[in-house]
Amino acid sequence: MKEVFLYPETVVRHFRKPKNMGRMKNPSGIGKVGNLLCGDVLWLYIKVKKDEKGEESIADVKFECFGCVVAIGISSVLTTMVKGKPLEEALKLRKEDILGKTGPLPPIKVHCSVLAVDALHEAIYDYYLRNKTQIPEQLQKEHERIQKTLEKVEERFKKYVELQEKVFGAKKS
Amino acid sequence: MDYAATTPVDPRVLEAMKPYFLKKYGNSMSLHAWGREAKEALENSRETVASLMNADQEEVIFLGSGTEGSNMVLKGTAFANRKKGKHIIVSSIEHHCVLESARWLERQGFEITYLPVDKYGLVDLNALENAIKKDTILVSVMHANNEIGTIEPVEEIGKLCREKGIYFYSDAAQSYGKIPVDVEKMNVDLLMVDAHKIYGPKGTGALFIRKGTKIEPLLHGGGHEFGLRSSTVNVASIVGFAKAVEIQKKEMNSDANKQTKFRDRLIKEILKIEDSHLNGHPTKRLPNNAHFWFAYIEGESLITQLDMHGIAASTGSACSSESLEPSHVLLAIGLKPQEAHGSLRLTTGKYTTKKDVDYVLEILPKAVKRLREISPFKGGWE
Repeated sequence: MKEVFLYPETVVRHFRKPKNMGRMKNPSGIGKVGNLLCGDVLWLYIKVKKDEKGEESIADVKFECFGCVVAIGISSVLTTMVKGKPLEEALKLRKEDILGKTGPLPPIKVHCSVLAVDALHEAIYDYYLRNKTQIPEQLQKEHERIQKTLEKVEERFKKYVELQEKVFGAKKS
Repeated sequence: MDYAATTPVDPRVLEAMKPYFLKKYGNSMSLHAWGREAKEALENSRETVASLMNADQEEVIFLGSGTEGSNMVLKGTAFANRKKGKHIIVSSIEHHCVLESARWLERQGFEITYLPVDKYGLVDLNALENAIKKDTILVSVMHANNEIGTIEPVEEIGKLCREKGIYFYSDAAQSYGKIPVDVEKMNVDLLMVDAHKIYGPKGTGALFIRKGTKIEPLLHGGGHEFGLRSSTVNVASIVGFAKAVEIQKKEMNSDANKQTKFRDRLIKEILKIEDSHLNGHPTKRLPNNAHFWFAYIEGESLITQLDMHGIAASTGSACSSESLEPSHVLLAIGLKPQEAHGSLRLTTGKYTTKKDVDYVLEILPKAVKRLREISPFKGGWE
């Protein structure tokens, strides 16, 4: 049977053999994004190192993901793109950069690439916070947007579940 | 392992269909010899399909799909019985073709009650009785659920509807040809069946309409199928459907025994996986359906892991749906969204072998374990 891919081949390949998968001991920063109710949760861990000149870079990166093929595949792709990169460079990473590497995703799955970038930025935010580093204005804004989106998603899902309960009767224990 | 989605055409069915493409291609409405030949094949097929549901030949019409049947029943009875009322009751775990037709009717001013189910997916008869009103015109409860395989108490539901003088419709797409379907015992007025679930061709269904039932057609035109479904009759596919029914008639019981053994073995072994749960009723379920949810993993990923090993299965996860919402059936039986995300449906069929089942039992635990390694949730949701 000829294999037909539902998603870009790179994404499927990474799903089948994810890179940098698993939990990290003593990370320098963690980014936890996504919502369990909607079906995508991504935790991204980074280990940051400083060189002699004081430049900080991502020495190691790992991820854990509860989610679909694209969420897992894209997370893996992202880790390979930022490993060894200076923080400043990692902060510039956008979903377009990932999609440039993998090829376009179906519109309904684009949010998976947003999730991956968000997790990276949140991990760097967490690192800065832990080290009491001045947080760049752009990253602060980013952080607030992510948190706000999370609240909105939770709110929307709560409403959806309430509607289901109203339509289909009370939940069973 | 995905026979509930569709089945391959039985080679004997294909053989029966072949002559109706090249030689016996007549239009069943034509008066000449070719037309009469097609007409005869159509009526013989009607008799066969009717006989496996204990219906009269004149009470069965052929359709282009099961979905068409549900659309016709809901919209057709609603509009034909407007004078009696505008209230319709449907179970909350009906197939989308019923639920979406009901929602459409809601927008046209009809009133719909969605009937709750218990944790096994069984419709509550008391709730049904309470939901019935003076102006209720139709109750729709499927015979067997397509996702979790639960077999509904249709006889009792039908009896109650009969007493109250309300039409009872049952979608038997998943049960017909697999377990006994009898329109008299079930007390149904309308019943839909589908060819491609029982090794017949796709794009062919049939609808039982009890004599005297008031219903409007969806398709108007040349007056085919007793004026209830205009469209040139798809004779080849209908002949194929009838052949499939004829085969199931002979093989249904032995096949059901075989499927039940596979099912029970799948359930017994798969529940040994940590944090795995059975969906649907332990015994009141289709012989070929085993349905689970696994904590901490997502269904589309699980399906893809299995697919990597050549196993076809299905899930009710949000990530696999176009709407990004989890299955309404799984939510209706009380699953939380994150639990519904980790759902897996395995459905066997007559070409499933013991070796296939062994293989699934070998691969599935590994696939679940693999995804749990990737998941941030290991043994707890937070």
